[in-house]
Amino acid sequence: MLKMDIQKVDLFYGEFQALKGVSMPIQANKITALIGPSGCGKSTLLRCLNRMNDLIPNVRIQGTILLDNFNIYEPGARVEDIRKRVGMVFQRPNPFPMSVFDNVVYGLRVAGNFNKSFLAEKAEKSLKAAWLWDNVKDRLRDSALDLPLDQQQRLCIARLIAVEPEVILMDEPCSALDPIATAKIEELMNELRASYTIVIVTHNMHQAARVSDFTGYMLLGEMVEFGVTSEVFITPKDKRTQDYISGKYG
Amino acid sequence: MRIPPRVAQTVARVVLGAATFFTVAVLIFIIGHVLVKGIPVLSFRFLFSNPEDMGRAGGIFPTLVGSVLLPAVALVFAVPLGIGTAVFLTEYTRESKITAAIRFGADCLAGIPSIIFGLFGFIFFVTVLRMGWCILSGGLTLAMMVLPTIIRTTEEAIRAVPYAYREVSFSLGATRWRTVWRVVLPNALPGIVTGIILSLGRSIGETAAVIFTAGSSLRMPSSLFDSVRTMSVHFYILAREGISSENAYGTAAVLVLAVLMVNGISYWLMHQFMKRFS
Repeated sequence: MLKMDIQKVDLFYGEFQALKGVSMPIQANKITALIGPSGCGKSTLLRCLNRMNDLIPNVRIQGTILLDNFNIYEPGARVEDIRKRVGMVFQRPNPFPMSVFDNVVYGLRVAGNFNKSFLAEKAEKSLKAAWLWDNVKDRLRDSALDLPLDQQQRLCIARLIAVEPEVILMDEPCSALDPIATAKIEELMNELRASYTIVIVTHNMHQAARVSDFTGYMLLGEMVEFGVTSEVFITPKDKRTQDYISGKYG
Repeated sequence: MRIPPRVAQTVARVVLGAATFFTVAVLIFIIGHVLVKGIPVLSFRFLFSNPEDMGRAGGIFPTLVGSVLLPAVALVFAVPLGIGTAVFLTEYTRESKITAAIRFGADCLAGIPSIIFGLFGFIFFVTVLRMGWCILSGGLTLAMMVLPTIIRTTEEAIRAVPYAYREVSFSLGATRWRTVWRVVLPNALPGIVTGIILSLGRSIGETAAVIFTAGSSLRMPSSLFDSVRTMSVHFYILAREGISSENAYGTAAVLVLAVLMVNGISYWLMHQFMKRFS
């Protein structure tokens, strides 16, 4: 089932065109990976999906991105609502300088929920879903910045899960983590797939091959190839994809 | 002829050291002088009794009250206005010619001699608005005077909050206002408070702007519409009219100690602020 659909999206930073007529389907409850060399536009595309590019001055976006058949770029679309449905995990773990608990319930509080028992219940549920509950259940009042990096990243995932998004965007979520922590996050993604639609941008081709169901390969702002991950990696149709995957450049 | 590096090094050390020594020496001399002459005058009675015979005898209690009330009124007006302006300039507008002009204006305002503010306050609050010499006129004048400081320090504090915090907040569906309220301001708070305390120190010590707008009545004020004399004005009058140099020094000592205390707190807060972001 189609969760989101990117249709012929062009994006300009001032005069520079960073995305050129990009189209890509995003299937529900699957993991879609975006790969490609630095500067190919994969992060830019990811940030189109929850309109984070709106925050950058001089950005112009054309085309359509459907979320359950609703164009998120439609004039009058409420960007806060879109971001609640399409959440994001960033490259560097970025908990707020607050307690673990305050971090997890941040999204709920800014949405106007202040009921203590409700927040406590949601916090526990979200931390459990991010496999963090056992690590932090006795230190919910401690500063989130005192947690090890991989726990910080899972805290960020818990913070996102708490607002019950439908789609989770991950922008190189493991690039600041060591291999063991990376494995844990990948395992977690595998589990989250049951309840969420995930789009991940990664530099690491092995990661894309390991975790994703679909892969899109981007180069210089274009979607060169998109397909089922195993096919893209084993029998790429485009010469450029083949070169990238075999390590000729990138 | 070239000077050998070793000689240049020695000369530089001596010259720079001397500059530092003179700066510190002058500072210590001024503060020391005032404290040495003033502290013997200080007593509980001096602080908390009314002046007699124009300040020749008795204490300084009404002027102490004046020096608390005027800065308090100033901050009540300047803090919300200043923080509001700073938030608007940093979070709600993109950099443009207009924001640059506002910032330039604020910087200019910060450099204007305080007596000009006094003159303006006298013409506008005291005369045109018919408020007369009173705590409110003086407080509002001081508010205008410290407003640029509060705006600029708050702006800097807000800018120091990492952009990533805002980004995460937006990505969780927060509006701009909720982001400002829950993430930006709490993290900028120590810096903002530092600015407020610096402003407080400045308004406690201010004389020129106050003498024109709050007057110099020695009576204990009973409302915001009464004239009041602050410690700095009291000191000025005692010294200038040759009324009592002893009591002038006593008042000056209280003033210096108050400002030192306020600045000490400000330093401590700044330290806390730095600790948090490093």
